[in-house]
Amino acid sequence: MGPSKPTKSPRRPPSDWDRLFELGVMAVGLSTLVLVWALVAKMALDALPSMERFGPGFLTGVVWDPTKEVFGALPFIFGTLLTSGIAFIIGVPLSIGIAIYLSELAPPWVRGPLSFVVELLAAVPSVIYGLWAMYALRPVIANDIEPFFKSVLGWTPLFQGNAVGLDKFTAGIILAIMIIPTIASVSKEAMRAVPDTQREAALSLGATSYETTRIAVLSYARSGIFGACILGLGRALGETMAVTMTIGNANRISWSLLDPGQTMASLIANNWGEAQGIQLSALIEVGLVLFFVALLVNLFARLMVGRVLKAVPSTGVGL
Amino acid sequence: MNTFEVRKLKNELASAAALACVILALIPLMYILFEVVKTGAPAISWQFLTSRTVGTGGPGEGIGNAILGTLLLLFYASLIGIPVGLLTGIYVSEYGNNRIGYTIRFFNDVLANFPSIVIGLLAYALVVDLMRLGFSLIAGSFALAIIMIPIVSNTTEEALRMVPNSLREGALALGVPRWRATLKVVLSNGRNGVATGTLLAIARIAGETAPLILTAFYSSYWSASLTEPIASLPVTIFRNYNSPSKVLLEQAWGAALVLIMIVLSINISVRLLLRNRTSNGKREVMKTWKARLSRKA
Repeated sequence: MGPSKPTKSPRRPPSDWDRLFELGVMAVGLSTLVLVWALVAKMALDALPSMERFGPGFLTGVVWDPTKEVFGALPFIFGTLLTSGIAFIIGVPLSIGIAIYLSELAPPWVRGPLSFVVELLAAVPSVIYGLWAMYALRPVIANDIEPFFKSVLGWTPLFQGNAVGLDKFTAGIILAIMIIPTIASVSKEAMRAVPDTQREAALSLGATSYETTRIAVLSYARSGIFGACILGLGRALGETMAVTMTIGNANRISWSLLDPGQTMASLIANNWGEAQGIQLSALIEVGLVLFFVALLVNLFARLMVGRVLKAVPSTGVGL
Repeated sequence: MNTFEVRKLKNELASAAALACVILALIPLMYILFEVVKTGAPAISWQFLTSRTVGTGGPGEGIGNAILGTLLLLFYASLIGIPVGLLTGIYVSEYGNNRIGYTIRFFNDVLANFPSIVIGLLAYALVVDLMRLGFSLIAGSFALAIIMIPIVSNTTEEALRMVPNSLREGALALGVPRWRATLKVVLSNGRNGVATGTLLAIARIAGETAPLILTAFYSSYWSASLTEPIASLPVTIFRNYNSPSKVLLEQAWGAALVLIMIVLSINISVRLLLRNRTSNGKREVMKTWKARLSRKA
């Protein structure tokens, strides 16, 4: 015989209801996960006609011609990587500077409000960024910034052609502005998570605040900052509206930043309404590629950031 | 110049550079607000806010149907997104110290940063394609709900984790079943955090455009039907931003002003409400409970 059973209470034992509640909320929690993966499978099914017809050559094909029904995704993969690359190069140093200021240098009373204002940049809808870029930013870029780069770097393949302002350069700049709040706020959290003893040790050795930041804070928080940058990259890769409105929409590969281009996301947004049959299938396949790229980038960023940010002190951890 | 002076100079240069980064990032924000208010404000009138878009650029057009559409989309998306997000957050915080809990939390973290256009594709696959409902209000709401769920669930989880364990233990010690303790004690103490997260999620989806182009599409008529395409403020901006017609362009800017007012007012009011609560939220919870208990005694 096993250990004696506890005496049964006369009423219905509450543990049944508890079990039911727990299973219920678990089912709801899992439903999103299951649904999303089921829908990804459905997307793959929709993309099947295009996959069968073009095979792996879809990813390396350079022609996108709906009238001849030839579809290749390389120009858009190229456009996505190039614009995100520009955004990364401009956005990362700025964001890290902001994070350093907010975490290390700002007086305590401006820290909160200023962080909030930087985060408001993330609250502005993408389509409004696009509208603003089109009418306020574009003239400045076309008349001043692009001619400047052309005169300095005109000998490189990156700055060939005319400065119009509706091109990969403008799209990259607007993306840079849009990824700043993501990178800055996550990096700031990573820096705030550095123990004060690290700073004190550096300061006690006579380091200036710049040196303290470099030696004690940046080196300690580097994996979190790196993860923040990758998160920002993930945001840039999938950003749609602002890019669609500024990139100029040309389905071809060109290294010049002054030429119009197209990203995977902007291609889908531009062609969705009228696409049918094999073209719709090809668009969905592009979407599938974007899904897996975003998934990989986000998983990688999570691994880098997760360790730092999940160490938030908490008392309640459930029972 | 000796080494010390060089180091001091470096320090000052670096501090100035960091401050310059902050100022550089704030310029676009101020510039956007300025531009949207300056260009959008002349368009706003009672008629503009209450008449529908005809799309020909004639007199008497407005963005009323887009405002209604955005409100309906937000309503139906919240109807799906808030309960699901809330229950997910409860599970992860209260029962989630196991493999399933970690999986759900990790997945929601990833989903929260996912490109919204991909989520639009998922909603298209289900509602427009599989359920054969076509471009519709319900498809748009579903896409927005999926975007909402991880935001609501993550903030719910954080809010519930702020509730001290002693309250849970107290409730259980009084013989309250765990599910009731979770709903009555834990959730009611974390409700401020939950409300904040919900409001921020609504602000976030109000400006989403890409998923709506793929699912709700656009209609220039008054419509509240779940299975018909519907207009929304962001899609109105996208359709008209490049228009050669001055009236239609004005509609885009007017819609941008209304949209940015909705989004920013939610963000700022949440911030003002939260200012004192985040830092000493835990202490507040303890204080109110102590007060309540002593009043009863």
